[in-house]
Amino acid sequence: MIKTEHLTKHYDSLAAVEDVTFQVGPGEVLGFLGPNGAGKTTTMRMLAGFVTPTSGSANVCGYDVEAEPLSAKASIGYLPEGAPLYGEMTVRRFLAFIADLRGLEGTRREQRLAHVIEHLQLSSVLEQTIETLSKGFRRRVGLAQAIVHDPPVLILDEPTDGLDPNQKHEVRALINDMARDKIIVISTHILEEVDAVCTRAIIISRGRIVADDSPAGLATRSRYHNAVSMQLEQPAQLAAARAAVAALPEVAAVEVSERDGRLTALPRSGATILPALSELAARQGLKLKELHLESGRLDEVFRTITG
Amino acid sequence: MRTVGIIMRRELASYFATPLAYVFILIFLVLANAFTFYLGGFYERGQADLDPFFSFHPWLYLFLIPAISMKLWAEERKSGSIELLMTMPVSLADAVLGKFLAAWIFTALALALTFPLWITVNFLGSPDNGAILAAYLGSLLLAGGFLSIGSCMSAMTRNQVVAFILGVVVCFVFLLAGFPLVLDLFRAWAPQALTDAIASLSFLTHYESIVKGVIDVRDLLYFAMLISFFLLATGIALELRKAD
Repeated sequence: MIKTEHLTKHYDSLAAVEDVTFQVGPGEVLGFLGPNGAGKTTTMRMLAGFVTPTSGSANVCGYDVEAEPLSAKASIGYLPEGAPLYGEMTVRRFLAFIADLRGLEGTRREQRLAHVIEHLQLSSVLEQTIETLSKGFRRRVGLAQAIVHDPPVLILDEPTDGLDPNQKHEVRALINDMARDKIIVISTHILEEVDAVCTRAIIISRGRIVADDSPAGLATRSRYHNAVSMQLEQPAQLAAARAAVAALPEVAAVEVSERDGRLTALPRSGATILPALSELAARQGLKLKELHLESGRLDEVFRTITG
Repeated sequence: MRTVGIIMRRELASYFATPLAYVFILIFLVLANAFTFYLGGFYERGQADLDPFFSFHPWLYLFLIPAISMKLWAEERKSGSIELLMTMPVSLADAVLGKFLAAWIFTALALALTFPLWITVNFLGSPDNGAILAAYLGSLLLAGGFLSIGSCMSAMTRNQVVAFILGVVVCFVFLLAGFPLVLDLFRAWAPQALTDAIASLSFLTHYESIVKGVIDVRDLLYFAMLISFFLLATGIALELRKAD
């Protein structure tokens, strides 16, 4: 369990994090979202015990981060922002160093090292020094050091930053894999990541929590929640279709994309418009290439909340 | 204590992962020997001792030790790896001590590699080997004092050059604390007691008495307290500014 109460950090006159209170339990993957400079990294640093809060408290697995820092740190696996590592060390030596600091011994040490090397596919670079590795490999070494002691809590600051789409997919699969019995907190500004791995999202802006919901719950806040978009086979019908759709009582607004002529109908709040629209299409003889019910656009919610 | 050893070993290995260690040892040995023979008149004195060798150590250390210590913390800050280290289940004291010990062991190694000089002087005459051993101990303590100052300066900045310059300046002040160059700064306004206190902090006074072969508890205590003080200051500097 991670519990923060009124966590606050001021740098001189700047309030980096202001009164952040939340709880995360096992099995949850919490995504920290927010624009750059919103306070995501500072919050995670306070959880990990690197930054001392100005006021408020953080508690990890029953240990207060300030009062019992070593016990709290022992139960956390942490990937700092940018995954800083010791560049002059080889991957093998670096991971062994971390395993030693984490107090792993004997066969368990060997097992855990073998496990992370296999799962993060590091065996081909074991003898290379870290400074010679590509960004993707460095990030994976950073992840490997975070999970080597199989901690109950994982705090990952932008775990997929700088990775290519394949590597992103692998890292997300890894997070999903570990999600069942761990508490995972990740920060990101990639919204698709929230859908891909998070069970819950906290949006933070100017140091304050502005939304705390499941990804699906956040999506319902979108203007596009339950909106229907359609693409016509014959562009000539577009103007007529637009007028007809706009005339429907359940439809609040109609948007037409200039790029591909996609027509999107936004519902009045709470209304369901898909049946009405398909009926309309049949009645007017509109030939549809595509008809699509939207669940909501996270990026739009994000912009509305943090803008 | 377990983690002190782990951090110390990593740090020590990192010296040898770059050319730094080899360059330092080479320069230290060349300069130590050059000073002994050319400036110290090792042969001309006609005495079987290592005084010319040890008398130049403070000046050699003044520039070489800050070059070792400047990276201790400034580099961790610059690369961000300090965040990794400080979020491991390791106490700050263990980290400070582990890194300091690594640097100290490294200088001890460099110092030990001057042994051919000791063999030479034993070959040429019959020196007081007890006094030479005491002098080696004094030199090691002096290096430890310089390193603890350097560690503190390195903890205060993320820039290694700044850490180096600060290290040299503070070491210089401590080196010459008993001499007019430093004392005159205080004599004009400070009470006599303070001036005396500053004079008693001089590295040179304590070092020279050990090098003469007199191991006085007060001198040992002086170095132990000085090193402890600056390591504590290192910890405080890190605690206050680690995330800056």
